[in-house]
Amino acid sequence: MVPLLIWELLSRIGPWPHWLFPGPLAVAASVVHMAADGRLGTAAGRSLARLVQGYALSALAGVPLGVLLARSTLVRDALRPVVLGLQALPSICWLPLAILWFGLSETSILFVVVMGSVLAIAIATEDAIAGVDPLILRAAGTLGIRGARFHAGVLLPAALPGILTGLKLGWSFAWRALMAGELLFVAGGLGQLLQNGRELLDAAQVMGVMAAIVAIGVAVDRVLFRILELRVRRRWGLVEEPA
Amino acid sequence: MWRQVGRRFARLTQAVRRARRSAGIGLLTPRVKRSGPPKIDVSRVGHRFGNQVVALHDVNIEVHAGEFVCLLGPSGCGKTTLLYALAGHLEPSGGRITIDGLRVKGPGPDRLLVFQEPALFPWLNVRQNLVFPLRARGLSRAEADARAREYVARVHLDGFEETLPHQLSGGMRMRVQLARALALDPAVLLMDEPFAALDAQTRGHMHQLLQQVWTRDRKTVVFVTHDVREALVLGDRVVVMAARPGRVLQDLDVRLERPRDPDDEALVEMSRRIRDELRRAEAAGAAEGQDARIAADGAAPLGPAPNLGAPL
Repeated sequence: MVPLLIWELLSRIGPWPHWLFPGPLAVAASVVHMAADGRLGTAAGRSLARLVQGYALSALAGVPLGVLLARSTLVRDALRPVVLGLQALPSICWLPLAILWFGLSETSILFVVVMGSVLAIAIATEDAIAGVDPLILRAAGTLGIRGARFHAGVLLPAALPGILTGLKLGWSFAWRALMAGELLFVAGGLGQLLQNGRELLDAAQVMGVMAAIVAIGVAVDRVLFRILELRVRRRWGLVEEPA
Repeated sequence: MWRQVGRRFARLTQAVRRARRSAGIGLLTPRVKRSGPPKIDVSRVGHRFGNQVVALHDVNIEVHAGEFVCLLGPSGCGKTTLLYALAGHLEPSGGRITIDGLRVKGPGPDRLLVFQEPALFPWLNVRQNLVFPLRARGLSRAEADARAREYVARVHLDGFEETLPHQLSGGMRMRVQLARALALDPAVLLMDEPFAALDAQTRGHMHQLLQQVWTRDRKTVVFVTHDVREALVLGDRVVVMAARPGRVLQDLDVRLERPRDPDDEALVEMSRRIRDELRRAEAAGAAEGQDARIAADGAAPLGPAPNLGAPL
């Protein structure tokens, strides 16, 4: 509450023009206005739809890639340096290449989202698999559990708490990559709404959309993943049972 | 008169037998070689770690089907190494191990290793921990469920089928591991100090349970322990091992009635003698120093292995 009050005061008595630095009331009014005429909902819907697509692709590719990196020396020797190197590249740097390959299309944005998150997921999965208790692997060996049953029934569940952390990280990377992509070319998501605000010299709209982006990010990160993680950790016996 | 003498003689031999029993004489004898092909044959096995530490040196052990053999020795005597070699998790650098005449190459469904830690799958409940490996062996869901229920009951864990491992006590988790191993019905059960991490009372219960289960199923069991009393309570045979290099000191038959009581006079006396023997071997080993002039593959040297300590 106090920061909001200071923000409001600053915007009113500060030396800068208040239309460039609107207070929380103006921002809230702008959010309500955007929500009422449906612009915010549509934009958020489009962004989330893209995100879900790209993120699902990332997870489907990243987890198996991580397993291969951890379990196959051949794949590790061949791909690990590449994966680690590309991981250092900010995801938006893939955009020029994506536009050359796929044009100004949905595919380009999806490509950027996938490239932004798949490697993080793969690296976290690799770590999680490498960190599985060797005793569990030995137990599976002596019990005669092999092949697909071993991978799906022992290796992945044993690494699941770590993989989930990787998926959470991948999600936040994907969200950032998507926003950057949407800002850079017209595509009708939250990023574009942000850009619109700039073009209309409407700082309140810009800040309102920023707040919406933060809210969605936090909601998924803190609510969805938090609950999922807690449930897994409780089942796996990694946290104390609530008394 | 002769009848009187005979009676007196009978009384005398009985008294002697009782005295011998309380002194543990004749109940612990060097192993009598059995006829017939052994179930497990460990022949001239040696092993080195990193080409330096001699973990095992010229170890020869025959185990017959249905025998309960305890490998007893201090840490570093190679008993666990030998067990892992039997399980196929480790290949000894010298000698050969066969089971039913076939050379051990990797883990197999005929052998099952029971670990010191419970080694359960933490995300599966008790029933699922049994059902999952049973299903992997090709049993149908109904068969696996029935078998799981039967063995959970056999280790007295009825009512805990839907409980997760981390909600169980250490002893209960160990019982689940035992049930899981027994449910798979392996010909040979290899146990790696499975009760070492339990408190004394729970360990006592586990000994009773294991004896009870073993008397019923008569599986071939190789049981590794450093606890002399535990070895004597459980084993038909105790193979006493010594360290540096890991070798067999004594191979003894235990002639005690089952079920055995760890506080039995004879058993306590026997364990005292084995402990003395182990201490003597250790002292002799320390005096002799690093006598590791053994072939690089860890196999036997040309001369006979030095026989340390007197026979019991």
